[in-house]
Amino acid sequence: MKQRIIVGAHYGFRDWLGQRATAVLMAFYSVLLLVVLLARKPGDYLSWYGVFSPAWMKVATLTFIACLLYHAWVGIRDIWMDYVKPTGVRLVLQVGTLVWLLASGMWALKIFLQ
Amino acid sequence: MSSTTAKIPKPRPKHLDLMKIRLPLPGWVSIMHRVSGAAMFVALPVILWLLDLSLGTEVGFDALREIFALWWVKLGLAALLWGYLHHFCAGIRYLMLDMHKGVDLASARMSAGAVYIVSIPLTALIAWRLFL
Repeated sequence: MKQRIIVGAHYGFRDWLGQRATAVLMAFYSVLLLVVLLARKPGDYLSWYGVFSPAWMKVATLTFIACLLYHAWVGIRDIWMDYVKPTGVRLVLQVGTLVWLLASGMWALKIFLQ
Repeated sequence: MSSTTAKIPKPRPKHLDLMKIRLPLPGWVSIMHRVSGAAMFVALPVILWLLDLSLGTEVGFDALREIFALWWVKLGLAALLWGYLHHFCAGIRYLMLDMHKGVDLASARMSAGAVYIVSIPLTALIAWRLFL
């Protein structure tokens, strides 16, 4: 087997590690959001809006969404690679997945930056 | 691979009938990790729509309140919440397994059970706080 070093590239290792790194970041955000929600207990529009209005919360939320997009891309791509064998069909599904995720990301930017 | 005995196929029981396969607990955690991930991927625009509507205007927020009062909407959101929490708990288990912690059969079975023991009551608790 060819020698593979951890600081090398293109062994398929980057996506595997990236999916796990984003998972850890998203787990931290999930706990943060839960703590903020429990502390503020938003019951009306203004308090709910207030949860996401601080700049640090917008940055944290958009970072979470960026992690989500990469994490989901690796995960969904793995599903297509496991179950869909014809190259053409798989390509269409993978491009569709990218469009789906990128469009979601753009929408999230619109929601949290407006 | 090179051994000659490998050429004689061993008689193995084949149960490719999904209704006959008895999946062990870690197998259930695994397939549910994948299904919950796929479900959240599909539901992503719905979640963004909910966020957009609720954060956009007070009118939108109040309109969502009425939608959330419907029992089948509550059920759907609770299912999505369970999906998230299962994915979360199972994900932490996989991170541990990646670091070679709890890889032996007994620990792996126990941690698979723990995923359900944590995620199901947590879903019930959060759903109860949110919807009732």
